[in-house]
Amino acid sequence: MSENNNDQNSNQVGETRRQLAEFWFYFSENKTAVIGLAFMVGVLFMALFADVISPHDPSEQYREFFEAPPAWVEGGSSRFLLGTDYAGRDMLSRIIHGSRLSLMAGGIVILICLTFGIIIGLTAAYFRGIVETLIMRIMDTILSVPGLLMALVLVAVLGPGLVNAMIAISITYLPYFVRLTRASAISEASREYVVASRVAGAGRLRIMFITILPNCMAPLIVQATLSFSTAILDTAALGFLGMGAQPPQPEWGTLIAENRDLMLSAPWTVTFPGLAILLAVLAINLLGDGLRDALDPRLKRS
Amino acid sequence: MLSFLLNRLAVLVPVFFGVTLLAFGFIRILPGDPVETLAGERGMSAEQYNIIMTQLGFDKPIWEQYFDYIVGILQGDFGTSVLTNRPVIDEFMELFPATVELGLCAIIFAIVVGLPAGIFAAVKRRTFYDQGIMGVSLIGYSMPIFWWGLLLIILFSNILGMTPVSGRISFFYDVDTVTGFLLIDSLLSDEDGAFWSALHHLVLPSIVLGTIPLAIIARQTRSAMLEVLSEDYVRTARAKGLGPLRIYGLHALRNAMITVVTVIGLQVGVLLAGAILTETIFSWPGIGKWIIFSVFSRDYFAVQGGLVLIAMCVMAVNLVVDLTYGLINPRILHTR
Repeated sequence: MSENNNDQNSNQVGETRRQLAEFWFYFSENKTAVIGLAFMVGVLFMALFADVISPHDPSEQYREFFEAPPAWVEGGSSRFLLGTDYAGRDMLSRIIHGSRLSLMAGGIVILICLTFGIIIGLTAAYFRGIVETLIMRIMDTILSVPGLLMALVLVAVLGPGLVNAMIAISITYLPYFVRLTRASAISEASREYVVASRVAGAGRLRIMFITILPNCMAPLIVQATLSFSTAILDTAALGFLGMGAQPPQPEWGTLIAENRDLMLSAPWTVTFPGLAILLAVLAINLLGDGLRDALDPRLKRS
Repeated sequence: MLSFLLNRLAVLVPVFFGVTLLAFGFIRILPGDPVETLAGERGMSAEQYNIIMTQLGFDKPIWEQYFDYIVGILQGDFGTSVLTNRPVIDEFMELFPATVELGLCAIIFAIVVGLPAGIFAAVKRRTFYDQGIMGVSLIGYSMPIFWWGLLLIILFSNILGMTPVSGRISFFYDVDTVTGFLLIDSLLSDEDGAFWSALHHLVLPSIVLGTIPLAIIARQTRSAMLEVLSEDYVRTARAKGLGPLRIYGLHALRNAMITVVTVIGLQVGVLLAGAILTETIFSWPGIGKWIIFSVFSRDYFAVQGGLVLIAMCVMAVNLVVDLTYGLINPRILHTR
């Protein structure tokens, strides 16, 4: 009996390894997606080791270096590669530390969305009837208000701040996850393997989470990746509007907002944080496109 | 068609109640007492407090308050702004044309550039052009538009001095409001050069607001075209010896448009959300700037009314898109 179990386990490990290899085969065909992945690994590394990598403390004010230009511009110093802001703080260090906040925001938003989206979506798919109608109409309601406006209103209720901005953004993204989970769960539910496991006497929870859910994961992973990038964008937008991360937190959108008055006299204080947002979002979108092609060949864009 | 319409409306009615419930709940779950928020820092006596409570109906049971609120909305009463003491609907209607004008120009820009770009990329599939167009549109799709707007201001307004930085029209011109659309109003007025000034002010905001829809339209047009180009009727058209313009423009594009029209319709939400950022950057006196201002000045009744009005606009446009989709693709009408 135990031998049998071991066999099964090693079979499962082998199966997972084979699936991973197959996934990597398709994924690595897409060169831009691999570049996106590499870039994001770099950003993640930067975020994790921000304290070691950044040349200065992000909140240290160098009083003799207000609005110093980047190193390659005349008057710039190699001490401050990307220049300094209105308070003499090193832009590069602030951007590096900002990557922590942006990545964390994106990560937490998709974690919340995946968790609640899956639970609510599976509930709708499994119970159908009035429960499903109620859930889906609530989701339609959230979708009928433009995302950023919804997030703004929610932040007005919860109070400005990075954490509340993340919660607000999660709520505006939730409908996409619920709809996706429900749709793929419903189409899976009529498959033979689900009927078989029901006949075998599996309970509701087991059917929902162990039988059906793993087969719905591919589109959810793709949606999560793409939401990761929009979450970074929306967090930055809320920060820019003054409703997200609050200064002196070096969140990328907040950096642009606090230096906006210097836009013309010291453009680097605005340009580089924005470039950081653009590159990170672009890399994740490249990654997301690659994931979609690799995970779901049916959706493959020719 | 009628059953299709009824079907759509049956979904809209609960969503309408959902939105009103959301807006209704918004004021009541705000931290702090709404009446105290109203009073601001000046404070008020207990008598005044009670008077305002009764005025706003906060002393009634909650379900009665909601009922009154719904009845009010159905009669066009979306609440009163605390700041200006004017009906929210009046303020909204005054600013709405500015947002619509900006949104229309943005979507026209997005279609005029995005549609041909998408078609071209599909026709030149897997060439340098295709990759270039798709690369640029992915950058556009990833763009933080508030930053993009600032960059364009730095370049075109500051360095090149080509475009104005903010507002809808130069303050030298005094144009009477007829339609609320400055492009039309300035043509109707006898002010020389007012139209050009208005147009000038529209360029940068339209580009900024149109960037993300442009990227989406280009990508979706390309994939819709690719799908259609592999159909038999396109092969037939090719076999008949038709020129590329007739094949792509007539046979392929007309069928690809089914998807593209829906995608364009779905941009309304994107445009309204983008308007919040764009109008803030360019000091554009529209709904987006107004709602941000209301949030910041804690004019929560204005936010509440604006929320319902904007949601109703989105719902109305989505309904029109659904119906158009049904009209140009009759198959969809019979599947339900």
